[in-house]
Parts: sequence; C-alpha cells; structure tokens
Amino acid sequence: MSDLPKPDEFLTGIDHKMPQTDWMNTPTEIRKGMYCYASNYKSVEILGLPNARPWNPLEDDWKLPENWQQIIHEGFKERLDKFRSFKVFMDICVRCGACADKCHFFIGTGDPKNMPVLRAELLRSIYRNDFTTVGKILGKIGGGRKMTLDVLKEWWYYLFQCTECRRCSVFCPYGIDTAEVTIMGRELLNLIGLNIDWIATPIANCYQTGNHLGIQPHAFKDMLEFFVEDIEEITGINVDPSFNRKGADILFITPSGDVFADPGTYTCMGYMMLFHYLREKYGFDITWSTYASEGGNFGFFTSHETMKRLNSKMYAEAKRLGVKWILGGECGHMWRVINQYMDTMNGPADFLEEPVSPITGTKFENAKSTKMVHIAEFLADLIHHDKLELDPSRNDNFKVSFHDSCNPARGMGMFEEPRYVIKNVCNHFYEMPANTIREQTFCCGSGAGLNAGENMELRLAGGLPRANAVKYVHEKFGVNMLACVCAIDRAALPTSLEYWVPEVDTTGMTELVANALIMPGETKRETDLRGEPLPGMEEDDA
Amino acid sequence: MNLKKILKENKKQIIKKWFDAVVETYPSDTAAFLKRQKDPFANPVGGMTIEGIDGLFDQLCIEEIDPEKVTSFLDPIIRIRAIQSFTPSKAVGFVFYLKRIIRDEVKNDPKLVGQFRDIETGIDQIALYGFDIYMKCREQIYEIRANEAKRISFSAFERAGLLRDKHGNDPGLLHDAEDLDAENEESGAKV
Repeated sequence: MSDLPKPDEFLTGIDHKMPQTDWMNTPTEIRKGMYCYASNYKSVEILGLPNARPWNPLEDDWKLPENWQQIIHEGFKERLDKFRSFKVFMDICVRCGACADKCHFFIGTGDPKNMPVLRAELLRSIYRNDFTTVGKILGKIGGGRKMTLDVLKEWWYYLFQCTECRRCSVFCPYGIDTAEVTIMGRELLNLIGLNIDWIATPIANCYQTGNHLGIQPHAFKDMLEFFVEDIEEITGINVDPSFNRKGADILFITPSGDVFADPGTYTCMGYMMLFHYLREKYGFDITWSTYASEGGNFGFFTSHETMKRLNSKMYAEAKRLGVKWILGGECGHMWRVINQYMDTMNGPADFLEEPVSPITGTKFENAKSTKMVHIAEFLADLIHHDKLELDPSRNDNFKVSFHDSCNPARGMGMFEEPRYVIKNVCNHFYEMPANTIREQTFCCGSGAGLNAGENMELRLAGGLPRANAVKYVHEKFGVNMLACVCAIDRAALPTSLEYWVPEVDTTGMTELVANALIMPGETKRETDLRGEPLPGMEEDDA
Repeated sequence: MNLKKILKENKKQIIKKWFDAVVETYPSDTAAFLKRQKDPFANPVGGMTIEGIDGLFDQLCIEEIDPEKVTSFLDPIIRIRAIQSFTPSKAVGFVFYLKRIIRDEVKNDPKLVGQFRDIETGIDQIALYGFDIYMKCREQIYEIRANEAKRISFSAFERAGLLRDKHGNDPGLLHDAEDLDAENEESGAKV
C-alpha cells in the first residue's frame, strides 16, 4: 500500500506531462524492478575486492569508505593514463546523438539517461570537472560537475542499466565504444565496493569452483551423466563423454548455464551427441573439464583484473591436460573476452597448436592466436565438407529465426556461420528485419550480469526491441522458435518472450543440429531432444 | 450533424493530437524520438502506440465497441507502459486524453454535446479494459519471475532425481487449476 499515491499527490499529479528538466538537474530515483540487489559481502571478500560489507541501494547510507571521492578520482586518473581508448572516448564525443536512440534500454524504458551518449556523459561530466582546464573553469556551463553522493548513485543506477552490448558503438561516427565507458565506470564503482550480486557471487563461485553456479566437479559430471541417460532414451545410444582426460586432442569449454538451465540443457545434449558422432565416424578426440567448467566470464563486468583471473583458468586447464587447442560452445561474453582481450591479458597461448580440424583439415586462421574455435565455425566447416549426415525434416515442426547474440556478432563478427548451420538442419528459416539482426542486432536485455529476477521490469523493457522483431516474424511467417548462440540468451529470451510473444520458444543452434543428426546405430527417433514428438510421430505418441 | 462522422473525417488530426499527448508523458528527449522515428523496429514504443490508438479510435467511431478488438489494440500499449516508470493511473490514463481532444472538436455545439456523452462512455469503457490489461500484465511479471526461478532450479533438481510430485509426475511450472484437476482425474485422486 505504501506505493499508492497519497490524496494530495493526486491533485499535483493531474498534469500528464513530464517535468522538463535538464538531465543534470533531474534527480535519480532508484526504482524497484530496475536495479539488482547489492553484492553479497562474502562474495566480495572471497575475491579480495575492496569494501566488502552488507549494504542496500535503497538506504541512504551506502557504507562507503570515508575517502571514496579520492578513490574514485585516483582510479579515474589511473585508468585515463593506462587506457588510451578511455581517454580518447572521454574527449572526442561531439554529442551528435547518432547513438542516442540505438540502445535497447533507452528504446524500452524511455529514460533519456539510457541514451548511450548520456550514460557516458555521467562519467564525462566528472572527467571535465576533474581533469580538464575548461571544465574546471566553466563548471556546469562547460558540462562539468563535481562528484557527489547523488552523482555516485546515478552512476551506479545507470551503469547497471547497460548490457555492454555495443549496438551504440556501431552507429558512432567517431568509433566510440560506449560499452568500454560502462566497463570503466563499473571498474571505478568496484573500487569502493559497489557491485551487484548477480555479478559478484557468480564470479566468486567461478573463482573457487570453476563455474558461476558453484557446481563442484562431481556434480558437474553427474549432470552430464543425466544427459547421457536422456540421450540414450531418445536415440538408444550411450554417448559416453570423457572428463579431464590428459592427452586428449581438444578441450571443450561451454557456459555452465548449458549444463544446468533449460533450454540450454538441450544444447548441451546436442554437443554430447555431436562429439559422440564424430568420435564414432572419424575418431574425434575431445574432453570436457570439470575444473574449467565455465566459458562465461562475469569478471568482464567487474574489472580487467578479475576478467583476467577467470579467463586464465581455461588456458591453465588446457595446459594441464596437454590438449592441442580449445573448442568453445555457444557462449556470449566468453567470445568477446577471447576475441578482444584474451591475447593481451593471458596470451600468447603458445603452448597450444594453431587449430586445425582433425576431420576436414581446415585451418582456423582466425583462431591462430587464441587457439580457440567457435562451435558454429567448427560445425559450418563440417557441414560444408559434408561430414555430417543430417535429416532436417526432424526440425519441421519449427519455423526458426536467428537472434544474433551480441558478443559473437559485434564482438567477433560472426554472422554467417550460425545461419549456414541452421539452414542446413532446418527447412524453415526466416530472418527478422535487417535493422534488428547481424551487427545491428538487439540485445536480449539481460547481458553483462543483469539477468537477475529483481530487475525484471528493466529486463523486459530492454528485451522489447528484440521481442518486437520476433513478434513481427511470428505474425508474418509463423515463426515459433528463436535460435541463438549464447547461454544468457537462452536464459533471458524465454522470459522476455513469455511476456512479449509467448508463442515463440528459444533454442540453441546445436540443439537443432542434434535433432537432425543421424547417428550411426540409433533407434528410430520418435521425439526431439525435448521429448516432443517429431513431425509425423504425433499419432505414435497418442 | 453526426459526431462520429465528424470524428472520422478529422481522424488524422485527432490521432496526431492524441499520439502527441501520449508521447508527452515521456521526458522531452524521449518524446521527440518517439515522434520522429517512424521505423517500427527502431521505435517499437512509438510504432505500437500509434497503431494501437488508431485502432481504438476506429472502435469509438462504430456503433458498438468490440471488447476483443479493443483489447488487441490496447494490450500492446499498456503492456509497454506497465513495465515503464509510470504509476498505474498514468500507465492507463492516456485513454482519457482523447476526451479533451474531442471536446475541443465539439466546442460547445449543443447538437454535439449529447452525442459526445456516448463517445465519453466508450472512452470510459476502454479505460476500464485498460485497467484490466494493466493488472494482467503486472500479475504476469510476478508469475514470470516465479517461473524463471522454477525453470532454473526445478529442472536441475528433477534431473538429479531429487524431486517427484505426489503422483510421481515431473514437477511442472505454475499449474493451472485445470491442469491439476486433469492430473487428479488421471491418477484417480479425490479432491
């Protein structure tokens, strides 16, 4: 009841227009449904990050260190010196507005502070005041302002309303990557202990047990063995995966979300079926790791150092097992980290070999340095060389569209491979409108650590532009399945679509491949991986 | 003189005024974007709003409004406003702006005032449907939150063999009463 307006508020609230104030003079109200819970202090302690203590964003006192302004100022200065790109991004924006209406959170929430230019301006205003002569002299007139507690709260609220998807950067004529500004902003917030729990606890788990969910090695193995049983029920084949095997040719790493959360679990079953097929047919030699059991890297949303720590375990495990190279599953942020940061942070991975497909002989030149190949590239190559026996009609119940997951799309430029794979395993494929796919793809609305439950309104608002395009292909072509190559997508899209387009379900690419894959010695398949009858099998099911 | 006929003839300008009033419930920078960007995929809020109010206006101009159609036009607009920073009254209240706009058209013409009352009743009715939709959306948000939590944890527990319901069936998401009845019937359980 406390949320209901009081009688006097009714009278003042009659005017339907918003109060029109300049952004700097519009106070920030931290609204339920839009923010994530504060980081659990125990997780912050585990990571050895500063100012671990219980705190609540809704309370006035955020329990900050006494000299928090000094810490932010010095942290800002250090990063301006260390990262040339950050300094350039602070200086060169001319506020042309090209990015302003490209952010899914701005489009969905209608809040101007979610315009990428304004979100960056939250930091730039402090930069001008603290680090430029003009800003120091002109103050507010020159777009500068002092760092106050209100500004800090504004930073925290809006920097955690950005999924670092980089759609805005596609449109910037100067090439400013506003996601990098968010990344820097979040680093600064972490210096005084202002993280959210949906990031801090997964990182702490990953740091201790190798994956975000804190699944211990034996439980990880157990989960995959449950999938073995499920696969055997559907295909009659025991796929028998290998774990932590030294001397294997290839190490496979995928997000732990695929192991534990539907519908990612079906994608995981798909990987297992594919690897079994390749082993039987071509002697393909791959192993899973129960230690490097996470591809996703939430350290990326905290600080460069944390990202580096989590990324290093993948390579440490590859070294320990003595594999030749790494095959990576359908993950989003993992690929951005691999493609853009890994080599600088933990490279060169010169103890590994340049990846070559043992089946087709294809050399993956693009992975020359990172030694890590994306499953979509690997699959597309196999299909191109006619190495997989496929029956696409098994996916005939699905009219499929493809959601370009932000990081593989904008972070590594992978547009064609997943489409090629999907079109070869499905007979019915339809594209969404051009300004919503490929490099212009809209985020699922829950990336960069924002896939919590308590910020559901934010997630649904951020998911609107993507869902709106899905709704269009659903109404026009009858699309009922949205494919993607990211575990966060597979967790976030079912929820978003349940609200916006409940008729459409979500799948991973490899799930569709496994449905179509004709495995040697398999029994007649009656259902897909989800236990739903295959086309033409509905009567048998009755 | 027939008011509905006048409204039909002046539809374009009335819709424009109504749309402008609706988007002005957003901050000025946002309102400018919602008015300017015509691509429905770049601007879903503006696109759905204009499509929705256009359909609602047509409903007001016919003999009797069709609740199903009204819902289909109203739902996309309210669905968006239900997750934005509006209070319930502001999320639904945009329907009433049309009264003021039509009142301006009618002025004080005594021949039209009577007919305007009928239109007003239609607008009130639409607003009430809007309230139903708003509540449905808000309930759905909480249901979605619950379903998401269950989807993640229940499936893991179930695969680990830790969960079975009392009939030995797999644990499901939030059951409808009908599903439960059907399950009870199947298992012969007495309710």
